[in-house]
Amino acid sequence: MIGLQHYLVVSAILFVMGVLGIFINRKNVIIILMAIELILLSVNINLVAFSVFLGDLVGQVFSMFVLTVAAGEAAIGLAILVIYFRGRGTIAVDDVNRMKG
Amino acid sequence: MIHVIAFYLFAIMVVCSGALTILSRNPVHSVLWLILSFFNAAGLMILIGAEFIAMLLVIVYVGAVAVLFLFVVMMLDIDFAELRAGFVDYLPFGLLLALVLLAEIVLGIGLWSAGPIELAQRAAPVNPELSNIQAIGGLLYTRYIFLFEAAGIVLLVAMIGAIVLTHRARGGVKGQNVAKQNRRRPQDATRNINQPVGQGVEL
Repeated sequence: MIGLQHYLVVSAILFVMGVLGIFINRKNVIIILMAIELILLSVNINLVAFSVFLGDLVGQVFSMFVLTVAAGEAAIGLAILVIYFRGRGTIAVDDVNRMKG
Repeated sequence: MIHVIAFYLFAIMVVCSGALTILSRNPVHSVLWLILSFFNAAGLMILIGAEFIAMLLVIVYVGAVAVLFLFVVMMLDIDFAELRAGFVDYLPFGLLLALVLLAEIVLGIGLWSAGPIELAQRAAPVNPELSNIQAIGGLLYTRYIFLFEAAGIVLLVAMIGAIVLTHRARGGVKGQNVAKQNRRRPQDATRNINQPVGQGVEL
């Protein structure tokens, strides 16, 4: 039967996938943002799994707040990306430290 | 039995599409794989009876966030091949790190021998008479109403922030000045002339 631990393992694999995505796509900010979305998705799976298997609904309510923050983060991140691209014509993260305001 | 098969189907799909999200060459494909992994994660959540979060995942992530990603990916004119230059260099180190992290987490879950866990006190115990969405709605609009409103404010700030960041005043664009149009009177703009026959108009 499918238990809590199955869900935890799936979510762990997804989390590690997100971390790996940040590592191997170091230059491409868009993929890094997607990897962060993957990480937040795995957090959501974790919250929902614990919430259901322990019979407490608060986990699902919190998962909704995680979702809200993820949506806001994606919007702001992509907005920063767009103005960065407008100024430099590239989105390579190597020289982001030269943004200076 | 069907439950187990569905779980493994969704789980494998989530993991595979997550892997393809970070590995595919074309960022548009990455976004599409991300959408697939969201759908399958929603399936995983439906399997254990969290329908509301599953539907929210589909609506918010697939309907809003992934489409936003698609817009930005298609709007930016970037040579993505160049951005992948260091991919092979980073891969061994990244894989090593990921494997170590995964081994740690999975070992931690597997060796967790505290027996079946049980909460001493539930903050919001599941009422079997209510459906999932009714229960969450009841919780969200009563006890967590301030948190709910705070989430709304977070979204509002994110929206204003995104607009402020990306808005630019373009120069040399002709716009409509409504106040100037309304101030204009007939006597400023037109005059009657008694035009003689056979002569030109003096303006």
